[in-house]
Amino acid sequence: MGAPSSGSRTMMASMTSQASARRASVRAAGPQRAALRVRAVATTAKKDVAPSATGKSAITPEAAKDVYYDMVLGREFEEMCAQMYYRGKMFGFVHLYSGQEAVSSGVIRLLRPDDHVCSTYRDHVHALSKGVPAREIMAELFGKATGCCRGQGGSMHIFSAKHGVLGGYAFIGEGIPVGVGAAFKSAYRRQVLGEESSDSVTVSFFGDGTCNVGQFYESLNMAALYKLPHIFVVENNKWAIGMNHPRATARTLGDEDPFIYKKGPAFGMPGVLVDGMDVLKVREVAQEAIARARRGDGPTLIEAETYRFRGHSLADPDELRSKEEKAKYAARDPIPQLKEYMLKSGLATEAEIKEIHDKVTAEVEDSVKFADESPKPDMSQLLENVFADPRGFGIAPDGRYRYEMPGFTTGTAQVS
Amino acid sequence: MQVRSSSMRASGVRAAPRAAPATGRAARRVSVAAAKEKKEIMMWEALREATDEEMERDPTVCVMGEDVGHYGGSYKVTYGLYKKYGDMRVLDTPICENGFMGMGVGAAMTGLRPIVEGMNMGFLLLAFNQISNNCGMLHYTSGGQFKVPMVIRGPGGVGRQLGAEHSQRLESYFQSIPGVQLVAVSTVANAKALLKSAIRSDNPIIFFEHVLLYNVKGTVHDGDYCQPLEKAELVREGTDVSIFTYSRMRYVVMQAVAELEKRGYNPEVIDLISLKPFDMETISNSIKKTRKALIVEECMKTGGIGASLSAVISESLFDELDHQVMRLSSQDVPTAYAYELEAATIVQPEQVVNAVEAMCSKVAARA
Repeated sequence: MGAPSSGSRTMMASMTSQASARRASVRAAGPQRAALRVRAVATTAKKDVAPSATGKSAITPEAAKDVYYDMVLGREFEEMCAQMYYRGKMFGFVHLYSGQEAVSSGVIRLLRPDDHVCSTYRDHVHALSKGVPAREIMAELFGKATGCCRGQGGSMHIFSAKHGVLGGYAFIGEGIPVGVGAAFKSAYRRQVLGEESSDSVTVSFFGDGTCNVGQFYESLNMAALYKLPHIFVVENNKWAIGMNHPRATARTLGDEDPFIYKKGPAFGMPGVLVDGMDVLKVREVAQEAIARARRGDGPTLIEAETYRFRGHSLADPDELRSKEEKAKYAARDPIPQLKEYMLKSGLATEAEIKEIHDKVTAEVEDSVKFADESPKPDMSQLLENVFADPRGFGIAPDGRYRYEMPGFTTGTAQVS
Repeated sequence: MQVRSSSMRASGVRAAPRAAPATGRAARRVSVAAAKEKKEIMMWEALREATDEEMERDPTVCVMGEDVGHYGGSYKVTYGLYKKYGDMRVLDTPICENGFMGMGVGAAMTGLRPIVEGMNMGFLLLAFNQISNNCGMLHYTSGGQFKVPMVIRGPGGVGRQLGAEHSQRLESYFQSIPGVQLVAVSTVANAKALLKSAIRSDNPIIFFEHVLLYNVKGTVHDGDYCQPLEKAELVREGTDVSIFTYSRMRYVVMQAVAELEKRGYNPEVIDLISLKPFDMETISNSIKKTRKALIVEECMKTGGIGASLSAVISESLFDELDHQVMRLSSQDVPTAYAYELEAATIVQPEQVVNAVEAMCSKVAARA
């Protein structure tokens, strides 16, 4: 019953790719079940009026300014990172988020303190949006003891237990199941521990390249299967280092492009495509996904079309992307877009906007000063955090646990 | 793809006669109750008891894995527990090891204590990303902000003609991962007591059971006994040679010991229990006494547990040794299906006997 009719439906839908771009529907497997239809706010066209218009006018001045502040903070912070990197203050692999702020601010500013966020190596701005102080992140990037991870994580491993940031992962895809696990805990609290009001959600952010990693699909399946309060946000910036998205990913059947959001329904959840350069559109889609998750209706896959203005990392010469492509997206910079909208709609004045910029500049400069003046990690940090229970280093020949030996706190003890 | 061979399900799960190893091997009761009339149970029951007790004691303890719920676990370790604790606490996962291992990590980071089962430890090769990067390292890279109190457990080792992929010994692959502890159980008593400790530990514990030991019989400790995860077990006190072993090889060694006793030898046998970290107190005390070390293991010779232990002993106890450290390990070959070939890849009791005789006579000749 299910196979032939849904097969022909899919064929028809894919032939009309415009229509399919506006709607993502879930077809249940069994004949007895009614089809689950979910409205999808999906458009890359700025001209689209219907849902987004409502979304835009619904934002309060406070929320608009909050989101604007957050985007400007993200941009200024990342630009400062570039400066600091070239001045030899931070090292290794640093992946900047400039250009993608609408996604981070649009989604994360809607979250509560008890919600969680999980990211990849392009994680500085996700952490900032979630509330991790700029100081803590900059100090971490400088490798100082006052960093959020005591200098032990670095750019690709930003964690904050206090603010619900679950990382910071260098291998793309490996963070998504972790995010699903946090969502599992949230559902567990409700279903097993009996905390009826438990409805915290987890949002995992990752890129277009990640969507070819097996763990992505494994996570989609489990999140849908167990109806977990988890939101998958694909920041499709079209490039995975030097691999253009269409070169790495097969096209969805009947389409010209490899649409990632269309994979959502195949795994049992709504898939939504959104203009990731428009923070208000992202926000509207995120609101719906978060509400869905809190209600217990399960996960959502959001594909945000966005762009990174800089290379993959600060070591990337970024020679493959065309000037035209970069200019096209620079014209859609989310920050001036929102600024223009706020001024036009009376959500903020020029003076207020200038005040925001000044505050951000001060915050970012303060973070650099703090990081500069902070101490380097002590040698005790070499061994301290390897195990939560330090007995994990075992028993030395003299019968003491190794962590009890004097050299342990100076990082000089022999531990194996 | 993992092929669920019916022979794997059969061994230790349903047909007892086919599964129970022949006399002299794992079926031998090594730990016998003392004066008291204590009920003997099988190792799978002991592991089940530990799981049940810990789940009852702490509502954040949960199980995740393939067929752990309704099927009861491929080796019955979670048999019937889903009826008591529900489908969420005894979670039947899809076949996606890396995915559900990562899900376990995320759940552990946010406050649960998951026990993640690998249906066969070999399947956890697919979860290597999560085990290495996340289980082992997250506590450190997060600067101590998140802990990962997981137990990763399952059957490993060479079974009964299960073929190369179902006969793997992952302890040697995992041993270099920083931030994890490796524990190998061998008796009914230590299986229960160590699993309880592992569940209560705040560290990620990789917990090795053996496919052929689930039907071994024995008694468990009284009450809420939890055995320290870092301590080795003295199996037999002796003077001639220190034999270090773990898991099923403990039984192979004890078989050899029965023969060695007849020939007048007095070996000391130590079950490592903790494959990482090594209990250097027990190990060094033994070597200082016997001045000879023989390692008997089931993992491959190259890069095995014995390779690490041998290096540590040579470095730190060189002057206490009268003979170079000897290792008996599995051959560096895939485990064949045919019975004779399989038997030839792993250590047999005769090899242990010969090794002890050779070591002792060589040292005696020099004296």
